[in-house]
Amino acid sequence: MSLFTILISTIFVNNFVFARFLGICPFLGVSKKTDTAFGMGVAVTFVITLSSIITYFIQKGILDTLNLGYLQTIVFILVIATLVQFVEMVMKKTSPTLYNALGVYLPLITTNCVVLGVAILNIQEGYNLIQTIVNAIGASIGFTLALVLMAGIREQLELADVPKSLEGFPITLITSGLMAIAFLGFSGLV
Amino acid sequence: MKLSETFRNGLIKENPIFVQLVGMCSTLAVTTSAKNGLAMGLAVTGVLVGSNLVISLIRNVIPDKIRIPSFIVVIATFVTLIEMLMKAYTPALYSALGLFIPLIVVNCLIFARAESFASKNKPIPAIVDGLGMGLGFTLALVILASIRELLGAGTLFDHQIMSASYQPALIAIMPPGAFIILGILIGIFNKVRMNNEEKKAAEETKSAVEA
Repeated sequence: MSLFTILISTIFVNNFVFARFLGICPFLGVSKKTDTAFGMGVAVTFVITLSSIITYFIQKGILDTLNLGYLQTIVFILVIATLVQFVEMVMKKTSPTLYNALGVYLPLITTNCVVLGVAILNIQEGYNLIQTIVNAIGASIGFTLALVLMAGIREQLELADVPKSLEGFPITLITSGLMAIAFLGFSGLV
Repeated sequence: MKLSETFRNGLIKENPIFVQLVGMCSTLAVTTSAKNGLAMGLAVTGVLVGSNLVISLIRNVIPDKIRIPSFIVVIATFVTLIEMLMKAYTPALYSALGLFIPLIVVNCLIFARAESFASKNKPIPAIVDGLGMGLGFTLALVILASIRELLGAGTLFDHQIMSASYQPALIAIMPPGAFIILGILIGIFNKVRMNNEEKKAAEETKSAVEA
């Protein structure tokens, strides 16, 4: 598969939120305002790309050579948890402005299933290093896109007159469903 | 709290999906058929009971600062166990659920129970809590999956239910259907709960007036 195909397919056709249902928790939790949604998107992009590269080398270098494939889940989640903590510490020291902007989102990312999902998918699909990086970036752009779009709609939804029992979570889910229908329009593109 | 109360708490009053709204990713993704929903629910229940038990047993040994990584390792171990068991005994289900089996690790439900219940309670209540929450999760998953399968394929647990002339509404088993049907279900659940509360409040004022 060409790199461009991978990029387009992860952003639109197989959008991680609308088609694969990964990262629903932060998608529903942090999509109340557009600027926080964008901040979360940037932090996630950073972590997904880094963790994809590191897990790729761990899989090829350690797990495959030592025939320890069954340890994948445990090793990957630990790597991601450590990485998030590490990124947080480095950011705090080197760039306090960036830390202030993204800091609050970082701990949330450990339990974001997009990060682990992308890492495992890269291995399952048998991507090489370049494809892995492209896939990771595409996944993060797709996630950020979904988050920012949703936040934009939810800002308007605040003003709408929603039935009491549908307020908050249910109406957000129904809105996501309608957006997912729109994203279905991209199928067949690749 | 009594054990039966702990159990019921997870099953209905604090239902993970309809009330606490956690563990959404796997909920939406695997509920394309009732069978998959049931399998996923049971897998999560298995992990939850195991991790709750172990975390409760070692709760006094884990230093507070590194409790999160410790929980993750315990949970990941049970997920790997379930993954290997399913791969060996139910290969068809294993491939149907695919990526979402390893992703049980990051299911917020399991983590939330470890943090808020298992790390503070004795092993027996922790197991009961795990069972209650796990079965509550399974129940919600099966309800959602049955509706989606019935509308989207006209079948239930692979048995034909709708008459042959029924045109399946494919949208129900496609991604948008998951969002919309779950949204409506939670809405209905809220409505029922609000009605019950209103009734209770009305009865209380009534008895207060009579007294």
